[in-house]
Formats: sequence, structure tokens, C-alpha cells
Amino acid sequence: MLKDYSLLHLLPYLGKYRWKVGIGFVMVACTVAAGMVSPWILKYVVDDIQAAFAPEKLPRYAALILGISAVEGFFRFWMRRILIGVSRDIEFDLRNDFFSHLQKMSLSFFQAHSTGDIMSRATNDLNAVRSVLGPGIMYSVTTLVTVIAAGLILFRLNWKLTLFACVPLMLASIGVKTVGRQIHDRFEVIQEQFSRISARAQENLAGIRVVKAFAREESETSEFQRLNEEYVRRSASLIRLWGIFYPMMSALIGLSAVALLWYGGRMVVAGQLSLGEFVAFLSYLSILTWPTIAAGWVINIFQRGAASMERILRILRTAPGIRSDTPPGDPWSALGAIEIRNLSYRYPGSVRPVLKEISLHVPAGSTLAIVGQTGSGKSTLANLIPRLFDPPPGTIFVDGRDVHSWPLADLRRLIGYVPQETFLFSDTIRANIAFGMAGEIPDAQLEWAAGVSAIAEDIQTFPEGFKTFVGERGITLSGGQKQRVALSRALAKSPKILILDDAFSSVDTYTEEKILQGFRQAMRDRTTILISHRVSTVKEADHIVVMRDGAIVERGTHESLMATGGAYSDLYHKQLLEEELATA
Amino acid sequence: MATDLREEQVLGKAYDARLMRRLLGYLRPYRRDVVIAFVYIMAGSALSVLPPWLTKVAIDRYIRTSELSGLNAIAILYVLALLGTFLFSYGQTWVLNLMGQRIMFDLRMQIFRHLQKLDVAFFDKNPVGRLMTRVTTDVDALNELFTAGVISVFGDIFTLAGIVVILFLLNFKLALAIFSVIPLLFLVTFVFKIKVRESFRRVRTAIARINSFLQENISGTPVVQSFVQEGRQHRRFTEINREHLDANLQSIFYYALFYPLLELVGALAVAIVVWYGGLKVFEGSLTIGALVAFVQYSDRFFRPISDLSEKYTILQGAMASSERIFKLLDTPPGIESPPEPKAATVTQGTVEFRNVSFAYHPGEPVLHDVSFEVRRGEKVALVGATGAGKSTIISLLSRFYDVSSGQILVDGTDVREYSLQGLRRSIGAVLQDVFLFSGSVAENIRLGNSGISHGDLEKAAETVHAAGFVRRLPQRYETEIGERGSSLSVGQKQLLAFARALAYDPRILVLDEATSSIDTETELLIREALERLLEGRTCIIIAHRLSTIQNADRILVLHRGRVRESGRHQELLKQKGIYWKLYQLQYKDQLASVGSMVQERESGEKP
Repeated sequence: MLKDYSLLHLLPYLGKYRWKVGIGFVMVACTVAAGMVSPWILKYVVDDIQAAFAPEKLPRYAALILGISAVEGFFRFWMRRILIGVSRDIEFDLRNDFFSHLQKMSLSFFQAHSTGDIMSRATNDLNAVRSVLGPGIMYSVTTLVTVIAAGLILFRLNWKLTLFACVPLMLASIGVKTVGRQIHDRFEVIQEQFSRISARAQENLAGIRVVKAFAREESETSEFQRLNEEYVRRSASLIRLWGIFYPMMSALIGLSAVALLWYGGRMVVAGQLSLGEFVAFLSYLSILTWPTIAAGWVINIFQRGAASMERILRILRTAPGIRSDTPPGDPWSALGAIEIRNLSYRYPGSVRPVLKEISLHVPAGSTLAIVGQTGSGKSTLANLIPRLFDPPPGTIFVDGRDVHSWPLADLRRLIGYVPQETFLFSDTIRANIAFGMAGEIPDAQLEWAAGVSAIAEDIQTFPEGFKTFVGERGITLSGGQKQRVALSRALAKSPKILILDDAFSSVDTYTEEKILQGFRQAMRDRTTILISHRVSTVKEADHIVVMRDGAIVERGTHESLMATGGAYSDLYHKQLLEEELATA
Repeated sequence: MATDLREEQVLGKAYDARLMRRLLGYLRPYRRDVVIAFVYIMAGSALSVLPPWLTKVAIDRYIRTSELSGLNAIAILYVLALLGTFLFSYGQTWVLNLMGQRIMFDLRMQIFRHLQKLDVAFFDKNPVGRLMTRVTTDVDALNELFTAGVISVFGDIFTLAGIVVILFLLNFKLALAIFSVIPLLFLVTFVFKIKVRESFRRVRTAIARINSFLQENISGTPVVQSFVQEGRQHRRFTEINREHLDANLQSIFYYALFYPLLELVGALAVAIVVWYGGLKVFEGSLTIGALVAFVQYSDRFFRPISDLSEKYTILQGAMASSERIFKLLDTPPGIESPPEPKAATVTQGTVEFRNVSFAYHPGEPVLHDVSFEVRRGEKVALVGATGAGKSTIISLLSRFYDVSSGQILVDGTDVREYSLQGLRRSIGAVLQDVFLFSGSVAENIRLGNSGISHGDLEKAAETVHAAGFVRRLPQRYETEIGERGSSLSVGQKQLLAFARALAYDPRILVLDEATSSIDTETELLIREALERLLEGRTCIIIAHRLSTIQNADRILVLHRGRVRESGRHQELLKQKGIYWKLYQLQYKDQLASVGSMVQERESGEKP
């Protein structure tokens, strides 16, 4: 068991509850000790009956048996309540830690791990670990204490007989050890497959519209079936192995009883053992039966738990790609000037650079527009400023200070970011817009943000206005409405820097124009980075850069770029050409 | 977090005959296994009851009479009984667990298949996280019922029966005396049952909420991080997590109380044996061996009973899970192929909306009395502000939803008369949110249709100019793209979606705002490709940029769910209506910036 180091990582968690665990163990000892008394009473009963005895002693024995059981029950109650309770406490802590760790992970982590996979670690694996902490620990300690206590008593009663009866028990522990490792390995392979199944189902359900649009229900089903068949196959190989455990345990303990019957019977006949002692022996053995059987089960729990803990640790051990050691301060005095110096970037694990030697200066309060082809690196640049992906040190500066030396929270609070793909929470519209705000949220602020984003009118038509509930991922809103809610969310926290990554793509031009008008007011003292491919969106910007293949190929104002007649004016003319062609 | 949509409905009672019957139905394909397991269990139980009796015989007949040869025989019998018990219980575990796995497989497949059949409106209402719980956790709960529950219950019952018989044979009166504690046993179990049910429900509700919350936060990480809301989300999570903890602690309390009480009842039985049985030994009507056997049996007697109550917990879990699973399975697909479709596939590609009205939610109509016709090979553009109902029209055409009133006809036949597969295969769709599956680029274009050869998909990618960036990927078409294509840019994803639609070679092509996220340059390339693609196909385009639809054969202007204007670009402009307004806004803007750049610079006017 100790070979599975992953479980050692639970020690700090247990440490937090060391007093409870300690008391729980004392309860185990008391429970076991109380349980050891009954066979001894039985010995007296039998020996007394053997000798000519007074039947008036019998009620006393009966009362003793009941009393001892009540005492044992009292201890057992507390043992269970404390030890199983601790396992739930630790489950709570572990789940919290898991969640807060996930929150620290950078986006590249979520690109590498599917949601289904992470979910199955947070549910199935956590459950398996919980079983180690609860029943696993409780039963293994009970077993250990019971074996020691019963062993000592039996040894004092008759050491020869004890040795004779213990041989099968030794065999049991050897068997447990050899098969245990195998179970661990097979279980791990099963969990992996289960992750695959979850991930597949998850994806299918999330993409059900595509599946339906392409009438791919059948091929999806057969793929799902294939994964499930493999799961059954892998499970069968585990069942074959651990199915032998319980039966083997009870058979071995049974062999001990046979040994006792055969050898002990001879000793009684030879007068070396009283019949009462013989019966007590039998009784102690039967006390040992359950813990020994439980041992097999406990081993199983530990093996599964170790495999699961490893899977959880693989996530917990992944160092957050992005962190800051500086404690947060007050970001509100910041001005919001952005400077980018000679920034080149490639995604972790990739060789191709997505950004090449980008240098930019965005004075506080000004608007920078970035236009460029799909995949030219615009969104990457936008992600690097709030450090959703991490830029190399000494490349991006806010107010002259390297983003790496900014407290991460301050930096992000400063920035209002509207990502290309809208994500809303299944909560009310109000909660979604107020998402970035702390404390008491004035309605006026929300209404202002909604107004500027041109979503206020839509919200009024909703049945419960701002309190209207948005379905999972905002499914009941149209794409444009979702995008506008995301816009107001970024505005509502009144950021110093606003980054709009193609934030009008699902909004029609009429509404976009309306929003931009409002925005120009709102942006007056804010630095804005506007990413778009619509010239109409960007031409009012103070500064426009054109990107291609990760590099800046042109920079200037709308007028100067038009005058130089490069890529920007090309783009502009192309957009215009379409119009002209159509009207011709 | 708001609760309306997330709250798991935890319904139901602990035992429901109707549910149970239905659950047992899943055993039907495994009748043979059930019978074998049954035989193993009976044989195993019968053998497992023997040892105390063998002990009794050994004590009374051989040990007390010093007959050691008989002791050998007993030892051999004992070993044989153990061996038999071992083999039978191993066989039983093997058969039952494998069967449990197969039933889980059947159930998962059934749920999955059913989910594939359910309509889009269902998925609007049910979060993915909740449905995932059905496929994973709930199915697991049923596995326990089949492996550890429903059949091995008979093992317990059989063991009990065996013990009862032996005890009566050993001594009728003493047996009756110890059975007198049974009502007490039932009382304890009954009270426990009621108490634990409540906390059990709380646990289930809490875990479902935890899962939904977690799921959503994993998907929304970029938003949480860029808005620095880790702290708040963590507090919310802790809250939900705490509720789960409290619910569990409550149920632990009841369990912790229950087991010792059961043992106390068992001790009462032993006390009766010692007192009353001891008296009988004294009187000479009971042997010492029988007394010892009684003690051993009463221990064995109570174990299956406490097992039974453990099984009750399993049963409870299974009932709750199966109720939810069956509720899902019983949800009729709102939209199904007719039993005898009048048409299998679309051959012409004409589309007609006839007085179509539609509402996602009753009382909130999205489309009012919409009528229009699209001829074969015609290109129709849908124009209108966001939320005007354009996407809805597309969804209705593919029959993702059914019209509230009116009719949609494809090739003159109501879409409801088509087989769903046939209809949807004939309609190529590029939807608003491009959804990619994890898997290779090729798999995403092919989407499991083995009819599309590698050549076909390369050609499709080439035509929509997706081939360019695919070639730059490390393993080209075999490159694995992350979950939801997270390693690709939005524009690249759309190119793939185009290639996907093209590879399927549909009669009718539907583009839903698909061009909006691609830069002008790429879009021009695509349009060029699309023009070739549109040849001979009926096409319905939703695009916010008016320029992309100006060469449409006809434009339908939607406003608040009604078709307000319809005609060619020039005709519509002349009407000076809604279209004119939308058009002016963009066109004037662009015209102004080119034609009168000098003017603009001088005046410094800001629109």
C-alpha cells in the first residue's frame, strides 16, 4: 500500500484534522477492545456449564453481553461519525483546492485537457479518493487493531494453537500484496477509458446541433459504442482479478477455523484446553472474519484511490503557467498606457511563431485598431496583454511597467476584455453584466453599460428585464445579444484599458454603429484596443496597425494609410469594391 | 448562483414497483447469466451455512467423546465446504459483475441513442452537465443495483432461510426465542429508512449542482480570469460544496447510529441464547455443541440482515437514478421522422414558407406569419437586425424546431413528411457558432461519413481555401485539433465548417452569419469558391454585411419576425424602406470615406 506514493499527498489534508483523526483512532481502539470482551464471557458460560454451576449466574452473563454491546455501540457510533466525517471534510477541502487550482491554470492548460476529462477527475476520481479517506482508513485501522488485539489474546490463551490457526491468515496477506498492484494498474486503464467516454458524450451533447445538421447521429452512436465496448472489455479484466478477493479471504479465514477445530479439538481431548477456551477461540476467529474480508475490500479501495489520486495530482501538480508574486494593490491610479517592445511569441509546445517582433505604443486614452487576416495573430496579441497567455518578460508594458511585475489581479482589473467567442454564465443578465464588479452594484452603472452596448432595449423586452435568466452558455439569446451582453460586462467594470477582440462580429452594422457612437463617449479617457476586420469599425481609431502572419506590416491613421496605398487601403478598396460590384 | 435551471429534480420514493419492473427488464437479455448466478448463489449459501453445524457435530460427537478419527472426517468436510463456497462465490462475482457491465453498456447506449433523437428545444432546456450525469453517475448507480443488489439479495434471503431451518431443527423453542428480536430489527431499520432518505436527496441535489457549476467554470475560464473573478467564483463554489458536505454529514450521523443499534439487537439475541439456552443445557434438553452453534448462527443471522439494509441504500440510489434516467428516456423526441416518410431526400431544392409562425416559448412569438418561396437554384438573402428571426428561419428549415402554425415545404412536400436524416442531409448548414469536435481536421470535415474519401475532403478544403492553413499544420489533415478546435482561430474554424458543408454536397445550402468573422480578403476567396458551389444549389444566406448579399437573386428583409420587404437589391433600395436604411448606413459610410476623403479630413466630422 505504501508503494502508492500518490496517497501520501493526502497527509497534509489529514494533518489539518489530526485531532479528529486521533480521537477517531482512539474510538477504533475502544470499539475493538469492547468487542474483545464478549468471547471471554462465552468462555465462562461454557466452562461454567461444563462444571456443575448455578443457573442464577446466567442472567448476569446475558446482561454483561448486552452491556458490553451497548458500550461497543457507543464507541462505534463516534468512530464512524468522526472518521467518515473527516473523509467528507477532506473531500470538501480537496474539491475546493481542485477548483481553485483550475482557476489558476492558463488557457493553454484547457486546450490540452478536455472538459469531460477534468470533470471525471473532479467526480469519479475524487470519489475514489474519498473512499480511501473514509471507509479505507477506518476499516484498515479497525482490521489492524482487531488482528493485534485478537492475536495477543489468542496467543496468551494458547500460543501453539494460535500459530497453527494463523498460517492461512499469513497466506492471505501475501495474496493481497501480489494481486493489489495488478488491480491498481487495471483500474487506471479503466478510468482512462471512462474519461474518454465522458469526453465523447460531453462533446456530442455540446455539439448536438452540428450532429443533427449533418445527420451524424448514427456515426456518433457507433463511435460511442466502440468506446463503451472497450470499457466493458477493460472492466472484465479487472473483475476477473478482484472478484477472487472476497471469496479467497473468507476461504482462508475458514481454513483457520478448520485448523482450530482439528488441532484444538485434539487439545481439548488431551486436556490441554478447556472447552470454554475452545469456544472463545472460535468466537475470536469469527470476530477476525469480517476485518480479514474487509482487508481485501480495503486493498481494492486503496488501489483505486491511489490510481485516482495520481490522476488528480497530475492536475494539481501542473504549475499554474501564469502567476504573480506581487500582492494586489490599487490599480485605479493607473493611466492605461500600453507599450509593446519587440514581442515575439509562440504557443507552448508549438514551433511556429504567431507573433514576430511586434513593437507598439498606445498612449493612455488613445485608441489602437488592429486589422489583419484570419490567423495573423491579432487575437494572440489581445490575449497576451491581460496575460491569459504569458508574454516573454520585458515585452509588454502597462504604464511603463512590465506586465510581469504587475500584480496579476490588478493588471486584469484594469483591462476590460471582450473575447472573440462569447461566454455567458447561466445566471441572470444582471449577474452576467455585473460579473466583473465587486461589492454593491449600482443599477445606474449596469444600465449605463447596457445602454452603451445597445442591449438595454432588448433587455426591456425580456420577460423579467435584467433579472431574466440566461440558459446554459446564454443559449436563449441570439448571437448578437450575447455579444452585446459581453460588451456591457466589460464596460460595467469601467476599465482603464478596453480590448475588443472582434467584438461586433455577430452584431449587425446598424447596431454596431449605434454601439460605436456610445463607445466613443465611453472610451474618451480609456485606452482602447480594437480588433476588427471591418474598416468601418476601425477608421476612427487614433492609430491603426495592419498585421500579417504575426508581424505588423503597416501603421498609421486611416488617412495616412489610405494615402500610402498599402495593405490597409487595399483592404479598404476590396471592401469597397464588393459594394461597387454589387451596385453596378 | 441562480437555481431555476440548474436545480436537479430529485423526485421519487425509495421503492417503486413500476420502476423496479422496468429495471428488471434490463436483465432479460442476460437470463442465462441470471440463472447461472442464481444457482451459484444458492449453492454458495447452502454451503456457507454448514460450518457452525459441523462445529456442533465435532464438539458433541467427537471432542466430548474423545473420538479423534471422526474429527478428521469433519475437518475434511469443512475444507470441502470452504472450497465449494469459494468457487461458487467467485463464479457469482464474475457472472454478476460482467453482467452489470453489460447492462451499463446497454443503458448508456440506450440513453445516448435517445439523446441523439431528442430535438434541439430539449437541449435548450437541459444543460449538458445535467445530461452528462445521466450517462455517467446515474448509470453507475444502477450498476451497483445489478451487481451488488438485486440478485445477491436472494443470496442473503437464502442464507437466512437456511439458518432458520437449521436453528429450528436444533431446538425449536430456543429458535423461537431468538427470532422474537426480529420485530425490533424491523423497527430500527424502518426508522433509519425514513431518516436517511431526506439527507440522501440533499446529497444528490448538491452533487448535481457542484457538477454543473464546475463544468460551466471550466468552459468559462477565460472570462473568469480576465475579469479577475476567481475569488467570487471560488466563494460560490465553496458554498455549494459546503451544502454537499453538510448533507453528507447528516447522512453519516444516521448511518453511525444505525449500525450499532443493529449490533445491539444482535447482542440481545446472543444474550437470550446464553440465558435461555444455558438453562436448557442445564436441564439437559440442549447439547453444549448446539449452544455454541446457536451463538455462531445468531452472529451469521444478523449479518445478512444488516447487509440487506445496506442494499436498501443501493436500492434507494438506484431508484432515484433510474427515475431520472427513465424520465429522460420517456421524453418523447419533439421532432421525429414520420412513420412512413413521403419523401426520403430532396431532389429539386425548392423551399416554401407558408404562413409560418413560431415561438420558442409560448407567448413570445419570434416569427409572425412568414411566407416566401425559394425556387430551385435561387439565392435568397435574409436581411434584418439581430434578433429579427433570421436564424430561426434556418433552424425551422432543418426542422430543429417545428413551426407553431403554418407550413414549410421543400420540393412541395411538408418538411414534417420527410425522414429527418434525408432532409438534413440535403441541407448543408454553416451555423452561427462553428462547432468542431476533438479529432483530426479530416475527421471534422468528414464527420463520420465514410462516404467522403480523402480526395473529396481535400478537394472541398481546396475549394473553400481552407487547404492553405491546413497545409501549414504539423500533420496536415491528420492534425488533432483540441477540444472545440481550441487551437484554431475563429476564421480557420469557419473555413473548416465551409469545407465540411461542401464535402457533404447538399441540395440546399444554408449560411448563417458564417462570413462575419472572416477578414475581407479571405471572405473574397471564399465567395469565389461559394459561387462555384452555389451553382445548381438552392441557397439561403444570412449575412449582416449587406455587400455579401447584394448579388443575391432576392432579398428578404425581416423585421421583428415579419417579412417586411422582399425583392432585388435595386428594387428594395428604391422603396426607401427598412432595407434602404440598413443599406444607407453602411454604404454611405464607405462612400464617404473613399469619395470625399479630403472633405472629411477638412471638416473633421465624426459620424
